[in-house]
Amino acid sequence: MAREADRERAVEQGAEPRKAEIRGLNFYYGEVRALKDLNMVVHDKHVTALIGPSGCGKTTFLRCFNRMHDLYPGNRYQGEIRLYPDDVNLLGQEVDPIEVRMRIGMVFQKPNPFPKSLYENVAYGLRVRGERSRHAIDDKVEQALREAALWDEVKDRLAEPAFNLSGGQQQRLCIARALATDPEMLLFDEPTSALDPIATASIEELMRELKHKVTIVIVTHNMQQAARVSDYTAYMYLGEIIEFGLTDDVFFRPKHARTEDYITGRVS
Amino acid sequence: MPHTEHLSKQYDIDLDTLRSRVLQMGGLVETQILQAIEAFATGEAGLADGVIRNEARVNALEVGLDDVCGHIIARRQPAAGDLRMILAISKTTTDLERVGDEAEKIARMAKQIRERGPVPPPRLADVKHMADTALAMLRRALDAFARLDVAAAAAVIRDDRLIDSEFRSVMRQLITYMMEDPRTISTALDILWIAKALERIGDHSKNMAEYVIYIVKGTDVRHTTIEQVEREALRSPGGER
Repeated sequence: MAREADRERAVEQGAEPRKAEIRGLNFYYGEVRALKDLNMVVHDKHVTALIGPSGCGKTTFLRCFNRMHDLYPGNRYQGEIRLYPDDVNLLGQEVDPIEVRMRIGMVFQKPNPFPKSLYENVAYGLRVRGERSRHAIDDKVEQALREAALWDEVKDRLAEPAFNLSGGQQQRLCIARALATDPEMLLFDEPTSALDPIATASIEELMRELKHKVTIVIVTHNMQQAARVSDYTAYMYLGEIIEFGLTDDVFFRPKHARTEDYITGRVS
Repeated sequence: MPHTEHLSKQYDIDLDTLRSRVLQMGGLVETQILQAIEAFATGEAGLADGVIRNEARVNALEVGLDDVCGHIIARRQPAAGDLRMILAISKTTTDLERVGDEAEKIARMAKQIRERGPVPPPRLADVKHMADTALAMLRRALDAFARLDVAAAAAVIRDDRLIDSEFRSVMRQLITYMMEDPRTISTALDILWIAKALERIGDHSKNMAEYVIYIVKGTDVRHTTIEQVEREALRSPGGER
C-alpha cells in the first residue's frame, strides 16, 4: 500500500505525460539486491537526472532501461519498467532486448566510437536494422549529425576515421550514432566526466536541444550539471530512491534530510 | 535545518563567520538606536554626533557582508538550506543597513529638536515607549536568526501590529498637541519623524523575521497574512527532517 502511494505521488508530481513508469523495480547481481523496490516516473521529452554517492545504484538503474544487464549471466530483474505510449513492460521476457536498444539509446562515460569512419559509425545502427537504401542512410546520417551539432564540423570528412575527432566531438558522434535509429529515449551515463569544460558545456547545450525531441535520463556525479540540465532529479542512496521531484525543488527545498546532506556536501 | 558539518571544514568556517558578522552588525545597529534615543531624551549633542559618524561603519559592514556572500556563491555553488541562508543574509544586511539609516535620522532630528529647547516629558515618554518596542523587536529578530527559531520569528512578525498601533497613537497625540499650541508644530513634526523612523525599524525587524522562516522552511512568507505565517511556522516538515 505504501509503495502504491509512492507511485501515485510520483505520477502526480508532474503534469507532463509519462514516457516511462518504474513499478516495484528490484535488481539482483546474483544474490545481491542492488535496487530496492524503485517507483518513479520518467516524464516525456524532459531530462531526468539520477544523482547519489558512488555505489548507490544509479548506473545499475540506468542500465535496466535498455536491458544492458542481460549481457551478463546471473543478473535478475523484478518489477516493471513500462514504456509509453504502447504501455509495454521493457523487462518482460517476451520483449526483445535488441528492439529495446533500438528504441532506447545509450551514451557512455568514455566516448566509444567504433573503429570505423565517421559515416559508418552513424550508419551502423541503421544497417543492423535492415536499412539498405544508400539514399535513406545518407539522409539519416546527415540528420543525426545535425541533431548532434556535429554536421558542420565533419561534413567534408565523413570518410575519415572517427578516432581523428577530439574527445568532445567523439562524444557527439556517439550521440549522433544513438540518434540515427530515432530513439524515443536516450540514456546518458556520466557523459561529460571525461571531457574538458568547453566540451562539457557543448554536450549540456546539446541535451537542452535534444530533449524537445527525445526523453533523456542522465546519471551524473556532477550535481551542478544535474541542476543545470535536468527538469527532474532522483536522489538515490543504497539502492533506493530517497527523493524524486522537480530539480528546482530538490536543489532549493529538498524534502528529505539525506537529500539535503548530499547536495550540500555534508557528512551524516 | 541540518546540524551536520560540511565535508569541507573551511565552508563551515566561512558560513559561521558570515553569521557572526551579521549578528555583530545587528549589535552595532542596536547601539546606534539606543544612543540616538538617548540623544533625543537628554539633548546631548555629542551622542547624536557619534551616531551620525558611526553610520559609515554600518554601511561598510553591509558592503563587506554582501561581498562575502558573493564569494561564497561563486566558490561553493550552495544549494538548498545553504543557498537560502546566504540569500537571506544578503537581504538581512540590507534591512540592518536601513535600520542604521533610521537611527541616524533619529539622531539628526534629536539635534534639531534640542536646538529649539527641551522636549516636554509626556512626548519623551511616548517616544521612549515606542523605542523600547522597536528595540525589542530588533533584538528578538536577531535572536530568532541566531537560533533559526521559526516560532520566535513568527512572534516578531505578529508584533509589527503593535508598533504600528503605537505609531498611530503617537501621531494622534502629536496632532492634538499641535492643535492646542501651534508654536509647537515644528518640534511636534520632528518628533513625528522620529516615531516614523521607529515604526520603520519595526518593519525591518519583521522583514528579518520573515527571512528566518524562509531559511528554515524554504517558504517565502513576505506579503502574506500573519495567520498564514503562523501556519507555516507551525507546519511540520515532510520526510525525515
